[in-house]
This record gives sequence, C-alpha cells and structure tokens, in this order.
Amino acid sequence: MSDTETESDVDSLGPNVRQTAAELATGDRTETLLQTDGLVKQFGGFTATDDVDFSVAEGELRCLIGPNGAGKSTLLNLITGTYEASDGSIYYNGHDITDLDPHERVSRGISMKFQVPSVYGDLSVRENVRLPVQQFADGEERRRLVAEAIEAAGLTGYEDVDAGQLSHGQQQQLEIGMAAALEPDLLLLDEPVAGLDVAEREAIAERITRLNEEQGIAFVVIEHDTDFVASIAEEVTVLHNGEVFREGPVEEIESDPEVQRIYLGGES
Amino acid sequence: MVNGINLALQFLDSFAFIVLAAAGLAIIFGIMGVINLAHGEFILIGAYTATLAVTQLDLPLVVAMLVGGLITGLFGVLTERVIISGAWPNYVSQRTLGRDIIEPLYDRLADSMVATFGLSLILTQGARIRFGNSINQIATPFGAISYGSFSYSTYRIVLAGVSIGLLLATYYLFTRTDFGMRARATIQDKETAQAMGVNTDRMYMLTFGIGSALAGLTGALFAPVISMQPTLGDQFLVEAFVAVVVGGPSVVLGTALSGGVLGAILATFSNLYGTFIGRIALLVAALIALRFLPEGITGFLEQVRKRRQESE
Repeated sequence: MSDTETESDVDSLGPNVRQTAAELATGDRTETLLQTDGLVKQFGGFTATDDVDFSVAEGELRCLIGPNGAGKSTLLNLITGTYEASDGSIYYNGHDITDLDPHERVSRGISMKFQVPSVYGDLSVRENVRLPVQQFADGEERRRLVAEAIEAAGLTGYEDVDAGQLSHGQQQQLEIGMAAALEPDLLLLDEPVAGLDVAEREAIAERITRLNEEQGIAFVVIEHDTDFVASIAEEVTVLHNGEVFREGPVEEIESDPEVQRIYLGGES
Repeated sequence: MVNGINLALQFLDSFAFIVLAAAGLAIIFGIMGVINLAHGEFILIGAYTATLAVTQLDLPLVVAMLVGGLITGLFGVLTERVIISGAWPNYVSQRTLGRDIIEPLYDRLADSMVATFGLSLILTQGARIRFGNSINQIATPFGAISYGSFSYSTYRIVLAGVSIGLLLATYYLFTRTDFGMRARATIQDKETAQAMGVNTDRMYMLTFGIGSALAGLTGALFAPVISMQPTLGDQFLVEAFVAVVVGGPSVVLGTALSGGVLGAILATFSNLYGTFIGRIALLVAALIALRFLPEGITGFLEQVRKRRQESE
C-alpha cells in the first residue's frame, strides 16, 4: 500500500478494504441500524454508486467523505428513497426498505437534511417546524414540540419570521431542527456547514454531538472540511468513483496517503 | 341608479363566473404544474351528473349539485392515478414488464396539455355518443328580483355568494389546515416535503381530486343557466385560463384578485358594448397583464413584498 500504486491497483484494493470494514463492523459494540448491500445507482450510462456496501451502527456518528462526484449525495438520496436504486438492497433495523417510498422511510426513523438549504423560504420559522411535527403530534404536544425545536435551533424570537429572511447559518440550524423534530433514529446530513463561518461551524458541530449523545441519534454526515470531520466523528467512510474506498477511524483515514492522493487528484 | 345596480350585479355575475371557472384549474396548475385541458369536460361531468340526478333520480337540487361535485372529484382521482401520475398502470407494468410505463406528468406543462387534451376529446365525444347533442335542462330556481322595470335572476346572486364561499373555504383549506401545510410544502419543494415525512404522491392525488371536484361543482352550479350540450365546457375555458394566467402563482389570492379585476373589465365592457366586446376586452386585458406582469398579479405582489423586505 504505497502511494506509488497505479489507478488499477487501487481499484483492486476495493474488496479487501471492504472486508476489513465488515470485520470491524461485526466486532462493533452495537447493532447495525442501516446496511446497504451492493447498492448501484445509474443515471443513464453514468454509474454514480457502484456496488456499495455501507453500514451504520445504532447511535454511531459516521462521516462520509470523498472527492466531488464520488457518489456521496447519491448514496444518501438512495437511503432516503429520493432516488430509486438501480440494483442492490437497503436494510434498516433488519427490514428491507429498498422499495419503500421516502415518506415511509421517514416514518421508520430515517431523516435527512439536503445539501442545498431547503427550508421553506415563504413559510415562517414556526410553520417550517410545524410541518415535520404535525406528522405525528397534535394539540398541546404539537405546540410544545414546535417550541422546543425552535429553541434547540437557537431561533427563539424568530418564530414568525419568514425562513427565507434568516441568515445562511440560521437556515442550516433550522433545517437540522426540522429533521431532528421528526425524532429519527438515523439523521443524514449533506454538507451541513458548507458556506458557514467558524463560529457557526462550531455551533453546528456542538448541536450534532449533542443530538448524538443525548438522544442517541445515529448520524451520517457528508463533509469536506477535515477539521470539522475530526471534531465530530470517530468513524469515516471514503467514497471514490462511486465505490467504498476506505473505512476506518478518523486519524487513520486522515493520514492515509491514498486518500490524500484521490482528494488531490479528484479536485482539479 | 338602475344602471349602477345593473353594473354591480353584472360585476358579481362576471366575478362568480370567472372565479368558479378558474378555481379548479388554478389549484391543479398551481400545485401540480399540470395544465388540465380537460377542465371544461370536468365541468361537463359535474353539469350532466347534477342534471341527470335531478331529472332521472328526482334528487333535490342541492344534493344533486353536491353529487355532481363528488362524482367529478372521484373521476379526477381516477384520471390522476391512470394518466397524470400513472400509478395504476405502473403498478401493473412493474409486475408484468418489471418497469414503469408512465412517467408522471407533474411539472411537464406541454406533455400534460397533450394528455389531457386527448382526455378532453374522449369525454366530449363520449358524452355525445351516450347522451346525444343535448339533454333536458333543470329549471333555474329562486325566481327573480326586480327594481322597477329591471329584473334580475336571484340564482345568479346566489352563485356570487357561493363563489365567495368557495374561495374562503379553499383559502382556509390551504392556509389553516394540516392538509394545506403539506400541500404548500409539496408545491414549494417536493424532496424536502418527502424528507419531512409528507406522502407527496397522496398529496397530488388529493389535490387533483379537489381541483376536479371544484370544476364539477362549477358545472353543477351553472347547470340550470347554461345549455346542456357536450361542448358546454368550452365556454368556461377562456375565462378560466385567462384568470389563472393573470392571477399568477398564488392559487387562492390570484384567483380572487384576477376574478375581481377581470370581472370588473368584463362587466363594464359587456354593459357598455355587449357581451362580444366584453370578451374581447377580457383577452386584451390578459395580453396587457402578460406583457407587464409576466408573473401575474400575485407574482408582482410577491416581488414588491420581497423588495420591501430587502430594503428594510
């Protein structure tokens, strides 16, 4: 495993690396929450994810990294059901959810925050939070949960402001709040700190860590910023060309010359 | 004085006609991005159902009208499942061919126009084959009110009241209920709505059903005052499309405002120069509106609101 290996050698490493990851997973402390099995997504002739075996344990906080076009967002969208898988299966809590509609996956406990801030700009902060909460709560309980979610997002006092008027950082906080308001077991975040300043990044990191530790929510977080990754995650999965390239502890992945090479090669 | 009342009544009449003609179309277009060219035939279904319910089944008029709206709503759900979303054909094809055969027509304006135009032709000809060139009409209820030499059908005033009631009900439904919350979320961003646990597929089905039911109710309400023939839907289409275009993206407010503006133009010009010139004035107004307010009245209002918020 030297950094002089050619592209084809790297490809041939794939299965071995994956086996190592599987071994790690079986020796893990908790049960598997999510497992993808040979997941393939093709857009026309382009293969966005190729035979991806990816797993998340209960309560785990895992980061998903890789160069642009590695298939990270595609993988999350396959897990939520926004995209239909071309081949392979997705198991959640031991059940095959490959053919379920997105809203059915939400009701089973999978929640997602998209890459592009997608709060409802024309709706107020309160209405934005009401949308997920109204799926399962009524009356007094609904009011309480909405107020709690707004407070957790640090948006008390902004209840009646149109979400489109909030700062970028506030919108990211609101959107995480909306996803968390569904009380999920697994929360998927696609670049939650992109475009934020240092203080806002720290606030988001703290929020994620708190949700993970206090509510036991498992996370999969797509992020490029290695400092941010190191500040929240223990385990990292690296995607490259639609395949799982490496999996392991943050320090190990960070210092892996092959990972550094694909990042430098992938970004032009 | 009489002329003033005459003009006011004619305005109410035009307003009711435009709002009722446009409401169903506006909801389906605004929320699903589907232009339903069979809208006129949905009105036809409502009108025929209500009329036949009275003449064949002796149902009371109000019940017959509600039945007209209901049947059209159910037909709308069927249309949505088979043609617009393709959910039912795809269910069968998934199990026989292993793939979908219909790509949903949401937000595919031109495609949805072609598909629903086909449906429109089938329905018009189907009605002609089954019921002939006309069916017996129901009598206009409630008689007339008169001021001196001038007399006016009470039923037309009732229609104006009903149209305002329907606008308010639609407004309430889309702004004050959980359903409306989900519907607005689905319009603005389908993927996020799904991520928030909204069954967007069901939202589309219900929305199309509600839009269709409103079209059917319109047909049923106008059944006593228009002639019952297979092409009766056509006379609603111009006003409906003009109102939707002029109204802009906000479904309820847009329909109400364009109903008011266009109703005033239609009433004034019809009163002064006759119905023919009135309709021409309506189209000219639509052209002018499109030139200067390409996003419609509510799109323009929204721009003004945004600009004001930014300058604050």
